[in-house]
Amino acid sequence: MAEKGTYRVKAGLAEMLKGGVIMDVTNVQQAKIAEDAGAVAVMALERVPADIRAAGGVARMADPAIIENIMKTVSIPVMAKARIGHFVEAQILQSLGVDYIDESEVLTPADEKYHIDKWSFDVPFVCGAVNLGEALRRIGEGAAMVRTKGEAGTGNVVEAVRHMRTIRGEMAWLTKLGPEELMSAAKELKAPVELVREVAKSGRLPVVNFSAGGIATPADAALMMQLGADGVFVGSGIFKSSDPSNRAKAIVEATTHCNDPKVLSEVSKSLGEAMPGLEISEIDSNNLIQNRGW
Amino acid sequence: MRGANIIKAEKEFSNLTVGILALQGAVAEHARVVTDCGASYLEIKKSQQLDKVDGLIIPGGESTTMRKLMTKYGMIEPIKELAAQGLPIFGTCAGLILLAKEISSGEPAVLGLMNITARRNAFGRQADSFETDLTISALGKEPFKAVFIRAPWIDSVGKGVNILACFPDCGRIVLAEEDNILVSAFHPELTDDMRIHQYFLNKVKTRT
Repeated sequence: MAEKGTYRVKAGLAEMLKGGVIMDVTNVQQAKIAEDAGAVAVMALERVPADIRAAGGVARMADPAIIENIMKTVSIPVMAKARIGHFVEAQILQSLGVDYIDESEVLTPADEKYHIDKWSFDVPFVCGAVNLGEALRRIGEGAAMVRTKGEAGTGNVVEAVRHMRTIRGEMAWLTKLGPEELMSAAKELKAPVELVREVAKSGRLPVVNFSAGGIATPADAALMMQLGADGVFVGSGIFKSSDPSNRAKAIVEATTHCNDPKVLSEVSKSLGEAMPGLEISEIDSNNLIQNRGW
Repeated sequence: MRGANIIKAEKEFSNLTVGILALQGAVAEHARVVTDCGASYLEIKKSQQLDKVDGLIIPGGESTTMRKLMTKYGMIEPIKELAAQGLPIFGTCAGLILLAKEISSGEPAVLGLMNITARRNAFGRQADSFETDLTISALGKEPFKAVFIRAPWIDSVGKGVNILACFPDCGRIVLAEEDNILVSAFHPELTDDMRIHQYFLNKVKTRT
């Protein structure tokens, strides 16, 4: 008997992606560049976050034809984004056979109150989080992988750092609490108490946690790895730079050798212009992508 | 049950150090099982570190990513040389593909150390990933919970290869060995069953 879609199988794929780089791509050519550079997976979408931010309006799931073409082109796993709460987009992506669905704040949310019930799908989900409570709520809904949100499309790593440090700090705090304190902690975090107990005991998240949102250089990727990320998502950072292929390769090597400054300085040389960055304080708070999701 | 096994294992493997190729993939999971078996481990990111280990595990991950990083950082020849001297190597999933002499898609072999033809993503995409109770007679009667993730299988084997398990029929070989090399298409590091790692550590112990 072969059992498909079990939580172990869903979370297991994320384990295989660890130490790797997942790259946003919008067409077949970019997908090939990403695979050739050593990406462990690609995220198929219609526009990279920097362009979504610039275009405004409603951002939706990508055209299934684009996703299918990318799936045919590369042998590495293909992920795709569905809007928060848009379980029909998720049904469509599952039927296409994508390897992971990102229920993503980068797209315009479809539901202001509820996320997708991810337990009802066989395909695994990754979701964004800015703190431990949000990460555990998504895991409670069935997410098999999480990623810190950062601030997508800015090329500014400061929010990614804030979110990773927040989650780390909150996990460290939980490990110091006595058993009688954990229900109150769960209330404070707005998280399921069983998961709070698990984190208090292990000191780590029960699933793989990548970093996303603002990584633009090899040094940014290594920074997030040293801060405890299991791997990185790079969105606009690669294909909005002047030399995507070499930058992509450099970010892959920097992620593997994140603790080796010699390798980091070598791979950081002569990569051309990074994507243009945005200062977070100059973005109107209504336009902050990280505030989407509940 | 598991506790008792660990105590017994600790005596058996305590002087062994296993290298785990740590370019990308499920490194921490293998490290946990190796430690539970009572052996020590070393994460291998550079070829110079290979001289310090009694055995090597090539973990699951993306084989294309690992191939590129192994090539770039000059790890292929040193691993081949050590294997020729008898270094025990255990490859899981992506590791199986990297160790195969032939890959059915026609792409070039990477390490080419084992006389098998591997078929990449043979069971399909993530939608076809699964777990199952596998019968492995070399490990005893109790079935092994095998987790297959976008898994390969072995189409055919050459001379000298010992087939240890197939699923669901013998056209699809999922566990095999050839002298000092052991490969599995599934992920024993994702379960608490240590028997396959112990089987590998016995190879390491016999050699040292």
